Amino acid sequence: MKRRNFLRMMALATPGLTLAGRVFAAPPGAPRFLLVFLRGGYDCANVVVPYSSSYYYETRPNIAIPEPGGVGAIDGAVALDANWALAPILRASIAPLYAQRQALFIPFAGTEDLSRSHFETQDSIELGQPLQGSHDLRSGFLARLAAEVNGASPIAFTDSLPVCLRGAADIPNISLKGVGKPVFDSRQASILSDMYAGHHLQPEVQDGLELRQEVGRVMEEMKEASRDAITPKGFELEARRLGRLMRDQYRIGFIDVGGWDTHVNEGAAQGALANNMDSLGKGLAALSQELGGEWRNTVVAVVSEFGRTFRENGNKGTDHGHGSVYWLLGGSISGGRIAGEQVAVDRQNLFQDRDYPVLNEYRAILGGLFAALWGLSAEQLQRVFPGATPVDLKLV
Amino acid sequence: MWKTALFAAVAAASLTDGVASEAPSRQDVLWLDRVTYGPTTATVDRYLKLGRRRFLDEQLHPHNPQLPAEVAAELDALEISHSDGAHLLAYVSEQQQRINTLSDDVAKQNERKALNEKGNKLAYEAARREILRALYSPAQLQEQLTWFWLNHFNVFQYKANDPWLVGDYAERAIRPNALGHFRDLVLATLQHPAMLQYLDNAQNAAGHINENYARELMELHTLGVGSGYTQQDIQELARVLTGVGVNASGTAPRLKPEWQPLYRHQGAFEFNPARHDFGLKTVLGKPITGSGFDEVEQAVDLLVAQPACAQFVSRKLAVYFVSDDPPRALTDRMAKTFQKTHGDIAAVLETLFKSRELEASLGAKFKDPMHYVVSTLRLAYDGKPIVNTHPVVNWLNALGEPLFGRQTPDGFPLTENGWASSGQISRRFEIARAIGSGNDGLFEPEDGSRAVTTGFPELSSRLYFAAVEPYLSTNARTALARAASQLEWNTFLLASPDFNYR
Repeated sequence: MKRRNFLRMMALATPGLTLAGRVFAAPPGAPRFLLVFLRGGYDCANVVVPYSSSYYYETRPNIAIPEPGGVGAIDGAVALDANWALAPILRASIAPLYAQRQALFIPFAGTEDLSRSHFETQDSIELGQPLQGSHDLRSGFLARLAAEVNGASPIAFTDSLPVCLRGAADIPNISLKGVGKPVFDSRQASILSDMYAGHHLQPEVQDGLELRQEVGRVMEEMKEASRDAITPKGFELEARRLGRLMRDQYRIGFIDVGGWDTHVNEGAAQGALANNMDSLGKGLAALSQELGGEWRNTVVAVVSEFGRTFRENGNKGTDHGHGSVYWLLGGSISGGRIAGEQVAVDRQNLFQDRDYPVLNEYRAILGGLFAALWGLSAEQLQRVFPGATPVDLKLV
Repeated sequence: MWKTALFAAVAAASLTDGVASEAPSRQDVLWLDRVTYGPTTATVDRYLKLGRRRFLDEQLHPHNPQLPAEVAAELDALEISHSDGAHLLAYVSEQQQRINTLSDDVAKQNERKALNEKGNKLAYEAARREILRALYSPAQLQEQLTWFWLNHFNVFQYKANDPWLVGDYAERAIRPNALGHFRDLVLATLQHPAMLQYLDNAQNAAGHINENYARELMELHTLGVGSGYTQQDIQELARVLTGVGVNASGTAPRLKPEWQPLYRHQGAFEFNPARHDFGLKTVLGKPITGSGFDEVEQAVDLLVAQPACAQFVSRKLAVYFVSDDPPRALTDRMAKTFQKTHGDIAAVLETLFKSRELEASLGAKFKDPMHYVVSTLRLAYDGKPIVNTHPVVNWLNALGEPLFGRQTPDGFPLTENGWASSGQISRRFEIARAIGSGNDGLFEPEDGSRAVTTGFPELSSRLYFAAVEPYLSTNARTALARAASQLEWNTFLLASPDFNYR
């Protein structure tokens, strides 16, 4: 059976409940939002480098990234403005987006959670609830956002549903990592689906089977398009598949990338952190291409649970810190700049004499962004981020 | 058509073997699906022999359950069966210290990697042991409860040195207490280094309060969120818990003479009075005077005696065994039993398993991945022990419920909405196919010493005809009739709603 027939068969089985049915729920030109979560606390100071700070060079004798155009310029950072520069490993992927005003960075961003624990901080960010008081562990902020947005078509590109997409509604998820060809052909899929006719799980069963076919179709299409070119690997491959799916179907997406917990030998312009950043940067650049015309409607936010200690530690690495640098990418954002509240990067401005402070609280800035993207009311924003005061940084 | 002929032959064979003179009813099978990880021929026979009441008694009060000899030998071959947590922790801490003093960065990293691999191997062994016991222990209820409490008192194998400790945690803190008294479970987990590291109480000391564990002890382990305790109670409980920590080396700290009698240790657990806050505390309105570890026992007694604790624990058990939203009348009766018996878990479960509410709920509880995978293998291979548990670990990973792999202290969800997302269902169907193919290495030794080709699991077995086939839904029958191959037939059966609910 051709995919079209397969979809039609599915659509006939339960009108309006299939994935395909949702495509038409949002008007063309409606925003698409992807949250990229860097799990492990990435060392922002070695990615968006505070090169005007002599304290940075003093306190990172082994791991600092050379300033733009300085000695050893081949490894030198790419200037973003008079104070900040991008890690050279992102020269070909993210720097061009910044030059086209399709990327911006928000230093001193993060949460006020001070546990410095990965899982606690990741969780509290994904829940997006006030830090004080008890938390509803079954309610994440992206799920609450999806509930407020018309035709949100949310999806997680992860193995299981992440905390931020937990909620009352059925939100599909599928990992694009190492995903093979669809296991079931359409005859088998329809038998499986029929088995759940009249069952309350029928929509999930159909969604799941169809999503798997859809991913298979995207993979096939991309394979054909690439001819004999080298197949991308790792995150870039995942990001290309993701881009294709977001372009065709989804308006709120989530993906996470791990491996940022660089306590030991993190490297400088090159090394462990740079390698991981390289694959992230290439993936995000590929994503922007894969989205095609939809790139102009898309905003990608890159966040992490916390920053790392400003000074390098005894193992040529960095430990758990506080403030981070968030990224925003998108075809129509007000990019090419450093956004949000700023302070000079020097010793007296470090939080607890060790970390970046948090001047741009994530719920405030993401709330402001969502308000601008979807025109959410104050009441709606309160449902997404209860108790937060959104700040409009004119990001889009 | 060929399929039907084959089944007829198998069915005829099963009629002549004489044992199943009396077949289990649909309610019997579904009931067994709750009390056990899914019926096997042995459980069905035992049930038919003992009757429901005595079968339940045996499950509630297992006496020295015997694993099949092959499985016992497999467990005996594990390193964790011959070492305890304290020794493993002492070893790993010593190694870490030694590695830290190395001057060569490359050597350092290599040795660290080797040590981590060793830790991961031990954590794998712990998972292997849980899987084999879940599959083959006749004490099926105890095994389900072991999983339940491991989840309730969750620890995570990738936190600190916990890979070295999770096996000990399951075997010494949880399993012996799984059907015992709730208070003993709380105290056993409270004194286990795996928990003390996982929720940071090892760092909780007078003047350096870490309230992480104190909070979860109230919120997740005993009272439940919103049951009336305050942030102040958490802070006070954290003060009570100061000095409750881990001593990896086993060497007692030097203490002032007046503190020496207050020092406690057992394995790698220690209570160090030098780190304890001896001031007066007030927890849930009750004063606790500074006296050392006694305070901790007082506080645990206080928590466990709260009506909120009886309600919280009873409801969670009912969610696991009865339904996602269990009737209040049932949880009230369970809570009453809990309070009357001071937290006797077997007594609370007896109330549950003898209830009308359980009877009315049979067949409507969605299997979490652990139930799904274990029940599938119990049906597919009945009592024939698998040799290789790597595929099982992989399936549990793929389905999102790895043993010792839940990062957050809230544990895995116990309700359908935690497991029945579209991605999870399509993944489950794929796992159904993988298991149904039989092409998975379950019978190949883990050392790779020989390749074993196995055919499709014989799902249409005597067990199938006794316990599954008579009660299949029309939808499932229709799907099975449309199967074009044995693989499809197996896949459809294992993917059917009939098989995904218990």
